[in-house]
Amino acid sequence: MRSHAPGRRTLLRRALALGALAWRPARAQPRREGDAAPQTRIIPRSGEALPLVGLGSWITFNVGNDGAARERCADVMQAFFVAGGTLVDSSPMYGSSQDVIGHGLRRGGAAQRVFAADKVWVAPASRGPAQIEASRRLWGVPRFDLLQVHNLLAWREHLPALFEMKAAGRVRYVGITTSEGRRHDEVETLMRSQPLDFVQLTYSLRDRRAEQRLLPLARERGIAVIANRPFEQGELLRGLERQPLPPWAAEWQCTSWAQLALKFVVSHPAVTCAIPATTRVDHVRENLAVARGPWPDEAMRRRLSAYTDRLA
Amino acid sequence: MSEWSTYRLGSFLMFSPRTYAGLVERYNAELWPLQPLLVALGGLALAWAWRARSPAPGRWVWALLGAAWLWVGWAFHHQRFAAINWAAEYVAWAFGAQGLALLWAGTLRGGLGFGAGLPVVRIAGLVIVALALAGQPLLGAALGRPWAQVESFGLMTDPTAVATLGFLLLAQRAPARLFVVPLLSCALSGALAWALQVPAAWLVPALAGAAAAAAAWRGRAASRGARARPA
Repeated sequence: MRSHAPGRRTLLRRALALGALAWRPARAQPRREGDAAPQTRIIPRSGEALPLVGLGSWITFNVGNDGAARERCADVMQAFFVAGGTLVDSSPMYGSSQDVIGHGLRRGGAAQRVFAADKVWVAPASRGPAQIEASRRLWGVPRFDLLQVHNLLAWREHLPALFEMKAAGRVRYVGITTSEGRRHDEVETLMRSQPLDFVQLTYSLRDRRAEQRLLPLARERGIAVIANRPFEQGELLRGLERQPLPPWAAEWQCTSWAQLALKFVVSHPAVTCAIPATTRVDHVRENLAVARGPWPDEAMRRRLSAYTDRLA
Repeated sequence: MSEWSTYRLGSFLMFSPRTYAGLVERYNAELWPLQPLLVALGGLALAWAWRARSPAPGRWVWALLGAAWLWVGWAFHHQRFAAINWAAEYVAWAFGAQGLALLWAGTLRGGLGFGAGLPVVRIAGLVIVALALAGQPLLGAALGRPWAQVESFGLMTDPTAVATLGFLLLAQRAPARLFVVPLLSCALSGALAWALQVPAAWLVPALAGAAAAAAAWRGRAASRGARARPA
């Protein structure tokens, strides 16, 4: 029987093509003078480029009806887009975050510019379409770019529905999410069995469990990876910031532990985008700055992780 | 190992301490000066319930408490807290049910009378209500919480739940089902305060534990008394 697997030459050609695409600049954005475009990684299924640093919204954008806080979040989003970022991630589980994102997009006129990544998080799954539509209205976008099954909740029902939406052109990409190392076995099974475009998982300087199986598998299967909790909700940095930066931090062009920790995450070749969350404009600029400058090789990455392991 | 064991208390916290503090502050500002008025009304109810000598139904006391539960469920949990915490919507329903139960049992039926009961349990009730009305806000302020964020009886969850437990102890008798929602509320609130790293997060669960112990002791004494009574 003839195998339909691609030959070695074909694979090599594809790898070279992906490599060439991997670092192309992000789509044109208004940026601050003097800022270079953030570097990008491609989404393997489509070849579309995605800036390496996105914007998460867990806790930080859940500010309810606090007018001043909503404006601060809109400021963060504006700074994010000005610095060249595109991917914003949220979930119906995040309280008022979707509504606050919608406010930020309307205020900044950025509904066409954003790479809108949201989730479906409801059981029974028959309520999924209504939840997705409610989320879309809160965001104020014509459609989501990416819809993910949040924490694998009712994935058996949600995933077929999301793939149907993709086939009908009502969403561009489909994915699944997990966090803090949970259910990696099940995630691995789905990555092997489902035509996923994205997988979202926790990967940080301290929590490197995804390196064992999921990140290599994502590369092998051509699945884009969104790394959540790169700062472990600030907990990682609270520990590290009491320590001096390693003397070779300058080689990474990093001036803070936050930049080192984020650069560690996005320099993993399987990671497509990391989504740190913040309430501060200076932090969002600092985060986007990580997506510029030189890239550490594997030896440098190992040196950093060994260094921080010793500090723990 | 169960997946649940990988979660910590903080994993369920979906808003920042700053956001919660701001929400309470705005709520307090919108309702000022109801706070001192409700505390004064609570104090009046406490004095009346403590001094009642002959069995008296105290319908107005239970009406005050029932209304407080309905208000906190609707105005705080449903209208405000649910915006940043979807679970508050369920808590709002529980508060509504507790409010209606107090109105039914205490105000309409008059079955939660004051003026008799075990002295030790009544003293426990007195102390618990007094702490809910004045002790909690003062301790919060003493531990650094700004006055604008102080939680007060009749408007916020903890003082209302704790005061209700105290009044249930002051009553001659109270069915166990009326303790359930206030005790659960105090347990949840303690967990939230712990996750938010609020100073003295132990206080509300400790008061609830004391109230539960006193109620259990009263229940045991009542059943002993019933057994000892000649047929």
